[in-house]
Amino acid sequence: MGAVTRNLKFDRWTILLYVMLVIAGWMNIYSASLTDGSQGLFDLSQIYTKQMLWIGMSFILILFILAIDSKFYERFSSVIYLVSLLSLLGLFVLGKNVNGATSWYNFGSFGIQPSEFAKAATALALGKYVSDIQTNMKELRHQIRAFIIIILPALIIIPQPDPGSALVYAAFVFPMYREGLNYIFVLLGFLTAGLFVGTLMIGVPWMAVLIVLFALFHYLNQRRKKNRPKLTNYLALALIAIGFTFSVSYVFNTVFEQRHRDRFNIVLGKEVDEKGIGYNTNQSEIAIGSGGWTGKGWLQGTQTKGNFVPEQHTDYIFSTIGEEWGFLGSMTVVLLFIFLIIRLLILSERQKSTFGRVYGYSVASILFFHFFVNVGMVIGLLPTIGIPLPFISYGGSSLWGFTILLFIFVKLDASNYINR
Amino acid sequence: MRKLLLLLVVLVTGVVFASRLFYLQIYDSSYDKLSQNNAVKIVYDYPQRGYIFDRHGSLLVSNQPSYDVMVIPRDVKPLDTLEFCSLLRITKKDFIRILAKAKVYSPRLPSVVIPQLTKSEYAALSEKMYKYEGFYIQKRSLRDYQVNHSANVLGYISEVNERIIEKNPYYQMGELIGMGGVEKQYEDVLRGTKGVKYIQKDRFNRDIGPYKEGIFDTLPTRGNDIKLTIDAALQQYGEDLMVNKRGGIVALEPNTGEILALVAAPNYDPSLLVGRERSRNFTKLYYDTIAKPLFDRVLQGEYPPGSPFKTLTALIGLQEGVIDLDERISCHGGYSYGRRKLGCHHHASPLAMIGGIANSCNAYFATVYRRTIDKYDTPQEGIDHWREHLLSFGLGDYMGYDLPAGNKGHIPDADYYNRAYQYPTYKWYSAATISNSIGQGEVLLTPMQMVNFTATIANRGYFYRPHIIKNIIGADSIPSKYKEKNITTVDPKYFIPVVEGMHDVYRYGTASRIGVPGIEICGKTGTAENYIRVDGKRMQLTDHSVFVAFAPKDDPKIAIAVFVENGYWGSRWAGRIAGLMIEKYLKGEITRKDMEDFVLNGSLMDEYKKPYSGVPFQINN
Repeated sequence: MGAVTRNLKFDRWTILLYVMLVIAGWMNIYSASLTDGSQGLFDLSQIYTKQMLWIGMSFILILFILAIDSKFYERFSSVIYLVSLLSLLGLFVLGKNVNGATSWYNFGSFGIQPSEFAKAATALALGKYVSDIQTNMKELRHQIRAFIIIILPALIIIPQPDPGSALVYAAFVFPMYREGLNYIFVLLGFLTAGLFVGTLMIGVPWMAVLIVLFALFHYLNQRRKKNRPKLTNYLALALIAIGFTFSVSYVFNTVFEQRHRDRFNIVLGKEVDEKGIGYNTNQSEIAIGSGGWTGKGWLQGTQTKGNFVPEQHTDYIFSTIGEEWGFLGSMTVVLLFIFLIIRLLILSERQKSTFGRVYGYSVASILFFHFFVNVGMVIGLLPTIGIPLPFISYGGSSLWGFTILLFIFVKLDASNYINR
Repeated sequence: MRKLLLLLVVLVTGVVFASRLFYLQIYDSSYDKLSQNNAVKIVYDYPQRGYIFDRHGSLLVSNQPSYDVMVIPRDVKPLDTLEFCSLLRITKKDFIRILAKAKVYSPRLPSVVIPQLTKSEYAALSEKMYKYEGFYIQKRSLRDYQVNHSANVLGYISEVNERIIEKNPYYQMGELIGMGGVEKQYEDVLRGTKGVKYIQKDRFNRDIGPYKEGIFDTLPTRGNDIKLTIDAALQQYGEDLMVNKRGGIVALEPNTGEILALVAAPNYDPSLLVGRERSRNFTKLYYDTIAKPLFDRVLQGEYPPGSPFKTLTALIGLQEGVIDLDERISCHGGYSYGRRKLGCHHHASPLAMIGGIANSCNAYFATVYRRTIDKYDTPQEGIDHWREHLLSFGLGDYMGYDLPAGNKGHIPDADYYNRAYQYPTYKWYSAATISNSIGQGEVLLTPMQMVNFTATIANRGYFYRPHIIKNIIGADSIPSKYKEKNITTVDPKYFIPVVEGMHDVYRYGTASRIGVPGIEICGKTGTAENYIRVDGKRMQLTDHSVFVAFAPKDDPKIAIAVFVENGYWGSRWAGRIAGLMIEKYLKGEITRKDMEDFVLNGSLMDEYKKPYSGVPFQINN
């Protein structure tokens, strides 16, 4: 093991950022979970002690990951993917129900959440498929196959039900696009999201007016050019868009359940319900908002101490950071994430193998998606979607899942130079 | 482009998050306050209110524990209302009303449900309180009165109302504040400073220990004790003398301005305004609009001073140089001006100044007054000069004493008469204001102002501002304004004959029968005509009995003004009371038992019923 690792150049930036995030995570978990009954750092009933244990075990895990030959990951990716799918399916038989979702295997006093590991498996499988010599991502046929690889675990996760974890698989749109997916799909994605939120915010009539105005403006702009498109095309597109806004209104009001509607409405500021469904977001905004420039100091957050923010050590851990470390602290964490993701993108681009590049892109995308959705939710920009903040939120499965995801890439990146 | 999309999205996300965080944490400060409200509970620790002592150090007011039932509306859980109401001894209707009011004030701050339970009521209630979530018992300290007199001086304490809270954020709902008297005047000194504890709460509103280890917590500091200038024995005696009479007694120490006694009658037992019966008792006192027990007649009552005012007319006349000491003025049953006549009683004639004061001759003072006004080219100028002299005696304005109640009295000026007579359409002359000469007419004084000019005469030309604070225990000194000599516009030498005249009032004048053996008293009687309106009808009532005096003549230790409403002539009630008070203060015992019996047993209650009897009545009988 030593011989293998010694000769490799593991990316120091990535490892440094990882360690900083993990330490920041533990400190805030300590603050958020500290109670009067605490018996010191070695009381295993305490959340922060457990997290310390998970972190220690992560470091051991990292040594294993880095020790395994990088070829292993590419060669066995299909097997890993299949095992992962089976472990997800097994939940329906052997899973344990926690908070209404059957996403855990129980081993005595602690549990394992296979969906946290399935992301890495899917990334490996996608990389393997795309890097296959016979795959051409410009072809729709292959795009659909790649799409199936991505969507399968999501489809198994949705009925657990854990829609938040399933949503993460949308992150794979970025590596797909990188590898040749038509930009139309990405554009369509953004457009759909834009129309959706726009409709909910200002209603169908105003949205329709906006669409028509936009179409007209674009048409008039293009008219002077030589091969100008036909007006009918514009009208057709505008009609489709308006039709979509109507369907948004329909889907929202009849297909969505009330709790979904509530989550959207809170973020759009339409219903202020501070005691009910909006409680989490409201309390978390109060906690963050009361932080000011430098925060109230470590272990000094009144909102944190009073346990006003539910799930503060897991999904809402960022609110502790905001309250106790203020604007400077929360911006530091945001920047750490952004640096890490950018670093991963840079590393991905310099991979020699397609497999490495696709995998690296997947890692960056997944981390970004988690970061975006989690922080967006905690600071009240996105609806409540319960997914953890990588490396920071409490939880062994989550930490190990992200650690494995990241360090397989660190290993892949390092082997680039050996095989030169 | 394919390489850059995710990078771009990441950067945009970074900017969006940064601006949102900036908005939440820096720009919008409302979140900070919310957090305070949410997670930190403020608990106050109330200090002991300062004690109040009299000038000899005997205790007047101390404290007793009391217990308020409080509610935090937000925390109230469904309860057995009927049982709770019977425990609190209130009706369900009242209970619902109180709770609704508390909710309006604040759902999360405490409000009072039942104020001021006694110890035994508390004992019965305390063991059952646990059953009623959101309700708790707050211990406070209430006043414990050691005396049953001086209510007008001491004032009382009561719960702050919304108006006070708005004006002064120190106070919270349910807290106590001095209202009236010394309690109000020295509120800041007496109350001390309440201590504050910040308690960290969790989301179930449970206490989870001190906030930030208690670094913001403060300890309460006890209020300062204060010593009043009041002589409790004299005050008590004065109140006893005034039983069944209305009016006031006020006594000063002339060479300090210290108030020795300040009796307003009718008065009430200060203990009435403590405890659960407080509000019922207060309502009763407040709505007694005929006897007006809450009206401090000494400080707020504005009366025509009557004949004691003649001493001022004499002093001003001497200062203005319009009369010689020896000039005799004759009196033919009064003073005639034009076709009218200011009547006088029967006495020797003609009289010089000393005799004029001793016999209270109206004609003499009317003459002096007219000469004073007519000395100047116009009556307007004359009146304003005359007024200047009076203002220098502390009349016609608030006097700056340290009690919250008070009125200015009235010393008319030229403008006042110009308006009244519609000058310059109509002219007016000194004769029109002639009643001022004998303290009738437009002149109004409070008994406090009367004692002040009496003390000024006793001092032969200066006074110290009257005050009730002897010293604040633990503080350096009393305000310097109570140590300043106020010098009048009248030369000290002119006071000597006036003092002689007042001495002769006792020797052979209007108070010759009410002297006190062994004490050289100088005094002046007064018999003041007065009118009231009942149901819009103006009617004259029996004259007020007025008396001012100081003693001993050459080294005055006490100056006193006594005012007995509708007591008829001056020496009948007021003169006797003044003599008794002076003797009590200077000797500590009473030799004129005849006078004491007369006053203690006498009652004017029949007199006070007359105007409300609805039948015609006789006055001055």
